[in-house]
Amino acid sequence: MLTYLIQRFGQAVLTVAAMATLVFLGVYAIADPIDVLAAPDATPDERAQISRRLGLDQPLWMQFATFVWRALHGDLGRSFVYNEPAFTVILQRLPATLELAFTALFIAIALGLPLGLWAGLRAEKATDKAIMGGSILAFSLPNFWQGLMLVLIFSVTLGWLPAGGRGETVRVLGLDLGFLTLDGLRHLILPAVNLALFKLAVVIRLARAGTREAMLQDYVRFARAKGLRPARIVGVHVLKNILLPVVTVIGLEFGSMIAFAVVTETVFAWPGIGKLLIDSINRLDRPVIVAYLMLTVCLFVLINFVIDLIYAALDPRVRLAETDA
Amino acid sequence: MTPAATLPEEPVPYRADPVWRAHARAFFRSPAAGLGLVILVAVALVAALAPWITPQDPYDLASLDVMDGTQPPGSRSFAGLTYWLGTDAQGRDMLSAIVYGLRVSLVVSLSATLIAASVGSCIGVLAANAGGRLDAVLMRLVDLQLSFPAILIALVLLAAFGRGIDKVVIALVTVQWAYYARAIRAQALVERRREYMEAARALALPRTSLIFRHLLPNCLAPVIVVATMQVAHAIALEATLSFLGVGVPVTEPSLGLLIKNGYDYLLSGKYWISTFPGLALVAVIVAINLVGDRLRDVLNPRLSA
Amino acid sequence: MSAPDRTPPANAPVLAVENLQVAFRAGGREHLAVQGLDLSVSRGEVVGLVGESGSGKSVTGLALMGLIDAPGRVAGGRIVFEGRDLMGLSEAELRRLRGARMAMIFQDPMTTLNPVLRVETQIVEAITAHERVSAKAARARAREALVRVGIPAPDERLGAYPHQLSGGMRQRIAIAIALLHRPALLIADEPTTALDVTIQAQILAEAQDLCAEMGTALIWITHDLAVVSGLADRLLVMYAGRVVEAGPVAEVVEAPLHPYSAGLIGSAPSRNKRGARLAQIPGLAPPLGRRPPGCAFAPRCFNVRPDCSEPPPLVRRSGREALCRYPLSETVVA
Repeated sequence: MLTYLIQRFGQAVLTVAAMATLVFLGVYAIADPIDVLAAPDATPDERAQISRRLGLDQPLWMQFATFVWRALHGDLGRSFVYNEPAFTVILQRLPATLELAFTALFIAIALGLPLGLWAGLRAEKATDKAIMGGSILAFSLPNFWQGLMLVLIFSVTLGWLPAGGRGETVRVLGLDLGFLTLDGLRHLILPAVNLALFKLAVVIRLARAGTREAMLQDYVRFARAKGLRPARIVGVHVLKNILLPVVTVIGLEFGSMIAFAVVTETVFAWPGIGKLLIDSINRLDRPVIVAYLMLTVCLFVLINFVIDLIYAALDPRVRLAETDA
Repeated sequence: MTPAATLPEEPVPYRADPVWRAHARAFFRSPAAGLGLVILVAVALVAALAPWITPQDPYDLASLDVMDGTQPPGSRSFAGLTYWLGTDAQGRDMLSAIVYGLRVSLVVSLSATLIAASVGSCIGVLAANAGGRLDAVLMRLVDLQLSFPAILIALVLLAAFGRGIDKVVIALVTVQWAYYARAIRAQALVERRREYMEAARALALPRTSLIFRHLLPNCLAPVIVVATMQVAHAIALEATLSFLGVGVPVTEPSLGLLIKNGYDYLLSGKYWISTFPGLALVAVIVAINLVGDRLRDVLNPRLSA
Repeated sequence: MSAPDRTPPANAPVLAVENLQVAFRAGGREHLAVQGLDLSVSRGEVVGLVGESGSGKSVTGLALMGLIDAPGRVAGGRIVFEGRDLMGLSEAELRRLRGARMAMIFQDPMTTLNPVLRVETQIVEAITAHERVSAKAARARAREALVRVGIPAPDERLGAYPHQLSGGMRQRIAIAIALLHRPALLIADEPTTALDVTIQAQILAEAQDLCAEMGTALIWITHDLAVVSGLADRLLVMYAGRVVEAGPVAEVVEAPLHPYSAGLIGSAPSRNKRGARLAQIPGLAPPLGRRPPGCAFAPRCFNVRPDCSEPPPLVRRSGREALCRYPLSETVVA
């Protein structure tokens, strides 16, 4: 187990390093870094000042070293719009996005697993076809349009839920969390469902396929021969077997969920890093874009690493591979 | 008798027998797929004939009357024109706007798919044929690219290069080529061991001819399969990017941009500015999915006899 | 070749099957995988059910347990177990019987146990499904069960996952689970086919001893005549969904009545003279749905006569049965 983890950690570090290099090259070597890092309306004097401050007259390798040094200290430039370090700007909005993403993940798994199980147990019957049909729709229709429809139905027509914004938050351990208040929850539901829909479809299909396959296995037959109740057979034997592929895929997709938050946050005016990115693109606040990139890459790598951990914990065959003869 | 004298310059490239008729028949056995195809053809025709069949040119500012802004569907203009689907904030007839929007959406996604398929196929086939380190490097690149969500890559590219139809196409191509490369490489690895490739190699044909005239055309099946899935993705992605405001410019709006423009009015009950372009978008995507799914089933060698 | 000494079976049969029919739906029509099957097993008796693949023997075992799923179904007949007709019981009542009064083990020990659950979990759940016991007590019984089937270091094994154990050990665990509640009947569907020959013999012997000890009747399903001839009291030979011969094992093996049984016995390698060609039954068993009218074995039978195209009668001779119009006389062995 330990060697496995060390291996994975090493790979993670390598990936971050590779991406940092790419971003550096993209900003400093290909584009004119001044354009990226100075405000578009900066005077030539300001530009010269920034150029000196950032050491752009230094050889490239030295610039790279400074870049890495700065990055490790959290200095990824200064936002034009907010006039604060880009890193801080992003960090302030990160909890909102994470709250959204985790809620969406929870919804996708909490709804998707049972639905997929149900569809798998009733394979080829009406229930199965209905669930699969729904999942296809959730999967192929554009995310933003689904969000729009949610707003149209639940906010405009039915008036049950608010159409945007975050609502009340409570400060817990220095983080502003919304789901702890009723108002915050009301604002959280629609965007979380919207973000969850794609993944929900994926989870349903995986769970269904896994269930169908598991039900044909000998161990299910043996469990029935033991006289176990169907609830136990499905809830313990089948579920544990399908958890593994579901968790792996979903975990890997969590990163893309954070990326897709861009769309959901725009539709629902959710103050997270996704909305920040779009605003920054429109306002040409490039340091924030760079900071967002670096953060996202690190997040991705971290997520993959955590998934590897969970995988090892869930599948005893992986965990014990090294300890076996 | 010298064999060399009787050999042609280059042999006719090997092509498996076309079975189009059988495939076509199998395709149409599904009514859903047939419906999808009808919708697609209708949409394509409408989009192509846009300038001639729309009641109004939505981008000719002179023909717009701001007084007609945000009129509900079915209302009439002063000039006696019926706004079947209502108008937007600038007084544009939604029906015309949607037709032109369809046009842009289709053009962008189809050209992006075509280019991505070509680029991806060439790279994939090259990688498969070269093997060794070139193959390893290229596939690493593919894996790296595929491990990042498409929307992120596209956003970053468009943030760097700005708005414009050509830039959107480039972004879409960048996001999609990897799927084609991977799919065709798998097929090419199998095909290059086949006898016709051995024969072509034995004749010491030039490398480019080997790859592009003999190998590539026989590896197209997976490309078609991937394309059927990716066209829908391309349309959805382009619409998403336009909705976010980083896609096509305001002067040539696609369906995504139309939806974006109407979003604010959605909340005040003027649903038609967003909803109708949205429905058009959904109809096209669903139709493509129906056709694509059926095509995939028909072309799948394991399912057909 | 004879079974070890033990108490003679009591009079009332534990299991009495009459005219069992199991049908499968394929290609829009239903075909009978098993038909006209009569079987009775007394307390503590060992019955061998022999046949090639496709003969319906595994299906029979599953039908007895009530584990036939769509597209199959039990289409007719009576299965009377401990005096109750299983066909009339609800699923909940059947569940109470399964694992407690009647148990089954399967062929592949690699797939019988759930790979992601610990051995202990899988044994304890079999206990708690039928009895209210504390977790501690259940664990203790699980440990006992492992000891009973001769597994060394039972505490370690309890905490292990199936893939960490050998095939033989896994099958032993399956047997332990099956015998947890001292069932009246154990159905073993080719449990040693997937194991090493040396382990086979061990498992065979252990299963036999355990069943004898508990008075558990045993139905041993196999295609390997050699395996069952040393183990069983009675033998049933199946072909194409029907029982073609039944009788005490020694008599059937020494002097088979049905040409198919004769062929099976004659083709067993141990009967072969060194260096001589291995005898075979020519042809193949008919697949489901393509069984000839009349005797299903007729196309391959060395003793076939013209009127074998009529359905064969069931011939009874001094405690033995054969589904043949021209059963072989006691002196004829192929």
